[in-house]
Amino acid sequence: MINTEQILAKDNDGKPVWKFLVSELKPRGKYFTPFNIISVPIILIGLVLIVIRFIYGIGSVTNLTQEVPWGLWIGFDVVTGVAFAGGAYVITFMVYILNIKKYHSIVRVTVLNGFLAYVFYAGALLLDLGKPWNVINPIIGNNFGVSSVLFLVAWHFMLYMIAQLIEFSPAIAEWIGAKRARKILSSMTIAAVIFGITLSTLHQSGLGALYLMAKEKIHPLWYSEFIPILFFVSSIFAGLSMVIFEGSISQKVFSDQISEKNHKAHNGILHGLSKICAVTMFVYFFMQILTFIHGKRWNFIDTPMGYWYLTEMIGFVLLPMMLYYFSFRANNLFLIKLASIITMIGIIINRLNVTIIGFRWDAANPYYPSWMEIVVTLTVLFIEIWIFRWIVRRLPVLSESPSWVEEND
Amino acid sequence: MGINRLDFFKVLGLTGVSLAFGGKLNARQTKADQPELENEDQTEFVGILYDSTRCVGCQECEIVCAKTHGLPEPVDEPNPDIVRKTNETRRTVVNLYETTKDAMLVKTQCMHCNEPACASACLTQAMFKTKEGPVIWREDKCMGCRYCMVSCPYDVPKFEYHSSNPKIIKCDMCFDRVNEGSVPACVENCPAEALTFGTRRELIAEARRRINNDPDLYYDGIYGEHEAGGTGVLYISAVPFEELGLNTSLQKKSYPELTKGFLYSVPSIFILWPAVLLGMFKATKNNQNQEEND
Ligand code: SF4
Ligand code: SF4
Repeated sequence: MINTEQILAKDNDGKPVWKFLVSELKPRGKYFTPFNIISVPIILIGLVLIVIRFIYGIGSVTNLTQEVPWGLWIGFDVVTGVAFAGGAYVITFMVYILNIKKYHSIVRVTVLNGFLAYVFYAGALLLDLGKPWNVINPIIGNNFGVSSVLFLVAWHFMLYMIAQLIEFSPAIAEWIGAKRARKILSSMTIAAVIFGITLSTLHQSGLGALYLMAKEKIHPLWYSEFIPILFFVSSIFAGLSMVIFEGSISQKVFSDQISEKNHKAHNGILHGLSKICAVTMFVYFFMQILTFIHGKRWNFIDTPMGYWYLTEMIGFVLLPMMLYYFSFRANNLFLIKLASIITMIGIIINRLNVTIIGFRWDAANPYYPSWMEIVVTLTVLFIEIWIFRWIVRRLPVLSESPSWVEEND
Repeated sequence: MGINRLDFFKVLGLTGVSLAFGGKLNARQTKADQPELENEDQTEFVGILYDSTRCVGCQECEIVCAKTHGLPEPVDEPNPDIVRKTNETRRTVVNLYETTKDAMLVKTQCMHCNEPACASACLTQAMFKTKEGPVIWREDKCMGCRYCMVSCPYDVPKFEYHSSNPKIIKCDMCFDRVNEGSVPACVENCPAEALTFGTRRELIAEARRRINNDPDLYYDGIYGEHEAGGTGVLYISAVPFEELGLNTSLQKKSYPELTKGFLYSVPSIFILWPAVLLGMFKATKNNQNQEEND
């Protein structure tokens, strides 16, 4: 066993690690930014709602019914959120497996984003559990429900979080100046990446497979036996669109962190990603058409749900796909960013169509999320952004690694 | 079916699914296709036969069910204008339907499927198909995720949304009583003998006998014989079952069957993916200056 404490202490130029950590806890930056002014009250209300939920039950803050037992917290926070976090496995695949150096500068921030997303969506999942203290049962083996897709997804979430933490851990080591620990941790990266991509393939599709048994409950335009593969393929461009969108914001907000070189390289990155998005969206669109024909869905087209389906497919898949393609050809950054936003809206619509809008679309009393569910969702999101910002300002995520790293490698 | 799930997963780039594995898969699937009347240790499943033509709508089953399980007694009555539903305070209800042949009664509760969607959905086996047949819920294992509710084609499990320590409420065919050699409380107390308890095989034979003896009275069919892969609770009635609010559009295959294609592909992905990725990694490793191949 290696004594981590020792490694940390010795390598940190004699400065005690814990004192350093405490000094880093102090907030930096301005207090009254627009983001803070909006997010702080919402977070406070959200925390109160969470307390109410634990005292009076899930029904006291949500509109869930006996027919619609999964609402916004699962359909948006978990199912949609995890699709957006897909960028991490795609980018690590390109950088570490295909060895495309071009995307190296965005690996850390993407992995960090993915990691935080999983931590917080798993957190949101706990809010939705009636007996969250029993969440350890499927882990400790009381009992293993191995025939359950949810069992698979739950385990994968957990393992993937560990894999992502390992992928990100060299940044933590650089931050506290633990040279030897960094060496050990970065030697584990490639194994974590391979493991992480495998897990992602399975749980991105697994999230879709969760709904396979709800055959009669989901509108036939969105239910098919191919939900898993559709979820998987769409997670590629969902994740990359998120990377484009988030990257464009970070370039502005954290411009002080980003070196001149990486700042310039960013446009090239967006250009490359737009091509991958266009191609994967084409594949996805093609699969949707096959599914449409295979499922004999013509009869449903001339109905309100049918129009909604066409809106999704044409307005939020075909259109952004073409935008990505033309912006790639014309190298138009504005159009790339626009396409990423439309794609993300499309993914939200798609996931909600399967999980909420199309789920029990014919119910006598349909489910609409309560304002409290929305506030709690925003709370989770805002806390995540706070933590993300805290980390980016301190750790070498967007900024270059400390100078000792190069020699050490 | 032109394209099946397994083919589709191969499109993921997993073309190497070995023949041996494929063969095993097919063997398992054909076995699962046959209706399972017995489980592995050959115990026959028990069930309940409900004969709608005998039911008088007295609600005795509702009342004794509530008493047995510590729930409030019913305050409303069967009413053709309202579909009463089971909920977190009642495990069974009797409804009255105007049908093509008079007003008819029908009792609803958990169907105790042969291959229950709820139990295969449950990640802790809190929902559990006992070897005797009743599908039970075990509080100490449940984490309240409600995936059983999402999956059950009959919308049977109910959740206590207004409790800080919520339970899943559903009929368990009085498993404790059945275990002691007794019969479910509703069956024991039904004054009209509309409910019969026995092994599923006996009940199907009995249902057939009644239909054959009085073909004018009965509609020719047993609801639950094949629905959702076969259920432990069986219905016979005077009218087609959709007139009684029973869902006749459910698939005949069991519901867990729907996720099997996905679950079976998991081990092969777990073996193949890392190998493929490692191979790619090795192939590109020394190619230091590689740019994206546009
Ligand atoms: S009817 Fe629903 S709750 Fe009852 S055994 Fe079947 S799937 Fe489970
Ligand atoms: S709510 Fe409980 S019984 Fe139902 S699937 Fe989840 S853990 Fe299993």
